[in-house]
Amino acid sequence: MATKLPIDRMIDLQRGTISREIFVSPEFHREELEKLFTRAWLFVGHESQIPNPGDFFVSRMGDESVILSRDQAGAVHVFLNSCRHRGMKVCRYEQGNTSLFVCPYHSWSYTTDGRLQGVPLYRALYDGTLNREEWSLIEVAKLACYKGTVWASWDPQAPDFLDYLGGAVDHLDQVLDCRDGRPGGSEVIGVHKWLFPANWKFAAENFLGDTYHNPSHRSVDMIGIGPSGQAGAKGRRDNEYNKGQHVWVSHPAGHGMHSVLMPSDSEYQPTYAQSPDVDEYFRHCFYERKRRLGEKARLLPFTGNIFPNVSYHGRQPRGLCVWHPHSPTETEAWRFFLVDADAPAEVKDVLRRFYMRYSGPAGMTEQDDMENWLYATQASKGTIARRYPFNYQMSMGAYKTNDPIPGDVSLQITEQTPRNYYRVYATYLNGGSWDELLGRPPVRAAAE
Amino acid sequence: MRPLAWYQLREEIEDFLYLEADLLDQRRFTEWLDLLAEDLVYFMPMRRNVKFGQHAERENTRQGDGISWFDEDKWTLSKRVEQILTGVHYAEEPLSRVSHMVSNVRLLDVRPSVEDAHEVTVGCRFLVYQNRGEYENFTFIGRRTDELRRVADSWQIARRELILEQNVLLAKNLSVFF
Repeated sequence: MATKLPIDRMIDLQRGTISREIFVSPEFHREELEKLFTRAWLFVGHESQIPNPGDFFVSRMGDESVILSRDQAGAVHVFLNSCRHRGMKVCRYEQGNTSLFVCPYHSWSYTTDGRLQGVPLYRALYDGTLNREEWSLIEVAKLACYKGTVWASWDPQAPDFLDYLGGAVDHLDQVLDCRDGRPGGSEVIGVHKWLFPANWKFAAENFLGDTYHNPSHRSVDMIGIGPSGQAGAKGRRDNEYNKGQHVWVSHPAGHGMHSVLMPSDSEYQPTYAQSPDVDEYFRHCFYERKRRLGEKARLLPFTGNIFPNVSYHGRQPRGLCVWHPHSPTETEAWRFFLVDADAPAEVKDVLRRFYMRYSGPAGMTEQDDMENWLYATQASKGTIARRYPFNYQMSMGAYKTNDPIPGDVSLQITEQTPRNYYRVYATYLNGGSWDELLGRPPVRAAAE
Repeated sequence: MRPLAWYQLREEIEDFLYLEADLLDQRRFTEWLDLLAEDLVYFMPMRRNVKFGQHAERENTRQGDGISWFDEDKWTLSKRVEQILTGVHYAEEPLSRVSHMVSNVRLLDVRPSVEDAHEVTVGCRFLVYQNRGEYENFTFIGRRTDELRRVADSWQIARRELILEQNVLLAKNLSVFF
């Protein structure tokens, strides 16, 4: 159904302006939940969180609670965490192992593959009426496990996950693959969950390649909190990329990122200066990765956002962050921290300590992000403020398509990634077809 | 009946904890750092919703393993102070107004003896109130266990464990010291 909101006037990509309404208005929030979060592929969790049959992890999709479950046969499912009888949450533990999800309200129980099993007094009260087969937990329409990560969509028409990712997969791979280039192999070592009073899209935009906000992190750059900080290095991470060509890439399905193309002959830059063994480990990984991947090893990740709300840090630190909208002005953030599962204990220890001092509400870097997002949201709520759009005119037109890598590639800091993101965002809110959402050329109807 | 020395020691420890709270609330962060031992462990786990019977094993994330809110040393805390002092750490610029309340103080262990106390394990409750900008209010309540070590005529904090009574953190930041 077409929306009544003047979306195309509010998202004016020719002029490079976007209305503040989309960041503060309850109408846009509702439309996002109805038309975007019901269709897009969303990140749910990681297989390392549910290694065994019966393992579960309670997650979120949009503003709703879902259960990521590995059934007794080992298959992965994602269900709405709500009893089919009166809606009570059937699981209020965050993570664990079970043979049944038993609703506390009237004791309907569901197996780990979602089927309704137990209905108290079934024979006396329901016989001949209630068909258990029809009252399973509500399961997502599509589910994909990719290199350990689990993604889901409520839309049966959604394209396969890899088609949805398109060229973004090359960048996401740099987050999910082992540091030495072996495919996959990551594990989640912890999940931060916190609530902040800002619109979720500010957070997504930050990771789309907003390198321009660097000045807001001046304090950590001055004092040095990076992996070599204890050895006296300034900055908030090691300078691995100083010889690389930075690229800001937009993909037709709305994904965007900031990555780096290193020269083919690049050599390892010393990192983790206060931990020689860790430095040696990453030196080994660097050359092993080059050996395995060849030219493909040139691509290294900075930050990115898989449309709509899954952001990543690719390397220092490394993890996925999901921005769950609670309201137009409130977001619940979940950050999943990643390491190579088979990395030595000392490496994991140095990484987790760096992740904690960098990331999230206790992280020295990201605290300043939260401050920005909060006050940007608050100061955009006013009647007068809402009359004036945000400016997205940076580096208009300054990109090449599929050169030198797939996507619209800018070699300078750009707002092409958010312009592209909001083009796709508007297409969802306008009820666009999947061809339109993936940026495919329109298909002519054969019959005409 | 406890010996008089026990009450004297408790009062001395309480005084120390209140002095520490004052240093933080008066924003004397550098002086506060001087109260921390060089080998300090500063730990705040995340709390999980777990099934009855699994609390001891699974409720809290563990020190030294995986991700917590804080699992750090004196160097990292010194960096946090240094960051505030840059004047461009926007999450604390302008500075928050903070009050630390300390209560339910109990001496849990005294070594080697009450009469000759060199190390004390002390439990308390904390209530940290943070007010920021114009309208931001955060209240952090929880249990704290400190390992204190006698140095000269005062004490140093060698270990601090902070059990915050929240699951999803209901604050945008943990930019205050606990």
